Amino acid sequence: MEALFAIVVGGLVACGVYLLLRARTFPVVLGLTLIGYGVNVFLFATGRLVTGSAPLVLPFIDSPPDPLPQALVLTAIVIGFGMTAYLVVLALKAYGQSGSDHVDGGPGE
Amino acid sequence: MNHWIIAPIIVPLAAGAALLVLEGAEAHTKRVLSLSATAALLLIALMLLSAAATGEQHTYYVGDWPAPFGIVLVLDRLSALMLVLSAVLACASLLYALAGEDEKQKDFHALFQFQLLGINGAFLTGDLFNLFVFFEILLIASYCLLVYGGGAPRTRAAIHFVVLNLAGSSIFLIALGVIYGTLGSLNMADVAVKAASTDPHDAGLIRTAGLLLFVVFGLKAALVPLGFWLPSAYRSAIAPVACLFAIMTKVGVYAILRVHTLIFADQSTGTYLLAPWLLPLALATLVLGTIGVITASELRATVSYLVVVSVGTLLAAIGLFSRDALIAALLYLSHSTLVTGGLFLLADLIARQRGRDEARLNRPRAVHQPILLGSLFFVGAVAVSGLPPFAGFAAKLYMLKAAQGSAAAPWFWGTVLVSGVLVIASLSRAGSAIFWRTNDSAGEALPAQRCQALSTGILLAAAFLLMVFAAPALDYAEATVEQLLQSSGYIEAVLANRV
Repeated sequence: MEALFAIVVGGLVACGVYLLLRARTFPVVLGLTLIGYGVNVFLFATGRLVTGSAPLVLPFIDSPPDPLPQALVLTAIVIGFGMTAYLVVLALKAYGQSGSDHVDGGPGE
Repeated sequence: MNHWIIAPIIVPLAAGAALLVLEGAEAHTKRVLSLSATAALLLIALMLLSAAATGEQHTYYVGDWPAPFGIVLVLDRLSALMLVLSAVLACASLLYALAGEDEKQKDFHALFQFQLLGINGAFLTGDLFNLFVFFEILLIASYCLLVYGGGAPRTRAAIHFVVLNLAGSSIFLIALGVIYGTLGSLNMADVAVKAASTDPHDAGLIRTAGLLLFVVFGLKAALVPLGFWLPSAYRSAIAPVACLFAIMTKVGVYAILRVHTLIFADQSTGTYLLAPWLLPLALATLVLGTIGVITASELRATVSYLVVVSVGTLLAAIGLFSRDALIAALLYLSHSTLVTGGLFLLADLIARQRGRDEARLNRPRAVHQPILLGSLFFVGAVAVSGLPPFAGFAAKLYMLKAAQGSAAAPWFWGTVLVSGVLVIASLSRAGSAIFWRTNDSAGEALPAQRCQALSTGILLAAAFLLMVFAAPALDYAEATVEQLLQSSGYIEAVLANRV
């Protein structure tokens, strides 16, 4: 499972970096989102991967899961969501102003 | 527990929230509220400075949760110094904005307060994840402030800034994940204890996390090769925002100082994880900034590159990782923050009075108030290039002295001195282009408003005061460095209520 997990995180981040380097605002937004997913999944794994364990901290469970990574991921998701929303609006504004979706605002397509 | 420690976070938060509610209120009401909140912040910061000057590390456990579990705020000499610097800079730039720029669009004051909230939080927090959160708060406010005033160049600069920082945030989270995954804690003091006694098998992971954090902080501090966003962002922002941004690069420097002296260092042997990296990169930053200063064709670009130069000098001194060099670096940090902030305001005053020609250096249009602006420019240029009688001179002198005997001394001396000469030459050229090589075509008769001249003057005068009181300032810097290099004190103070 660890190998599969690592491949998923690596695949998400690799696709994200590729899209980020496309230098057009829409692929850049998608790329940042993919990197964000990869990072969030990675943060989850810091609580260690176990199978068949309870999802909650309950009194009768011997080895309860670590709740902190979940809190961290939640915070990271909220922040990432807000930032992406801002970036989308900014990209639309830049497209309206320069008529190009290139991140450097180059002329035309 | 001293409850005032959380006040630099609460005051801008409350003021910013109130300003959002009062969005439709009269400009006067919002200005009074914003200015009084910022003035209160300055008073609180000064009070905290005097509390920290006793040498005790004050801690504030948010929600009274015991140390490694809850979020802890720590007030020591370094964070108190940074709080005072940001409050002084904020007062001056807010005063400058009152001349009318705060009414160009909505919500300037609210965003300004949220920016202060993020900056102050980053200086106070003793928790790595909380540092990330405060970074994001200061970033989202800075994204909005950067595009404040509108226009295509601002939007373009903002896109670069936002994308870079979002990528930076992802790297920050990966570093935090690695630290939490290997050490099981995010409290800085607790992480420092655990990292010191980690089993060698995990040491590589910890080093990776340390260097990833360095990438993030280097991005914030505009270190080469991550600093190319800075000139376009700072020169396109409106003047009060650019002035406040002068402290933002220093947030990165502060984070490097804090994290890499506390966690990723072995103070008993004096080894630092960053030792092989920081100095060469900082010197490269210094070279790049100097080239920018020489080639800039517009005064605001010159000042932006001067920020890069100051970051390069500062991190080069920190990169020597010696006690004396760190003392000089702290003095230089205070001095350069105030002066570059003041120069951003001054460049805007000059640009306004030259009408369409703005602050371009190849146009002969005269300014309306050559005496006032000329003397302010003279003072600012002398101060920023590190000439006597300003603290920048003393700080650079101490840095050069501290480098003596280290293997990197020839590089350090050569780069800092040559860069100093070239900065002086470029600023003389800029000054003569703007104030002397002028024709009769008078610029806009837009005399500097009293609050604009006053705020510029305050920052330059503060830099002058730093020289007048150089002895106490140096004593404070020395004590701060002692405290930084004695990380056991920090750790004991934070973990005092450990369960």
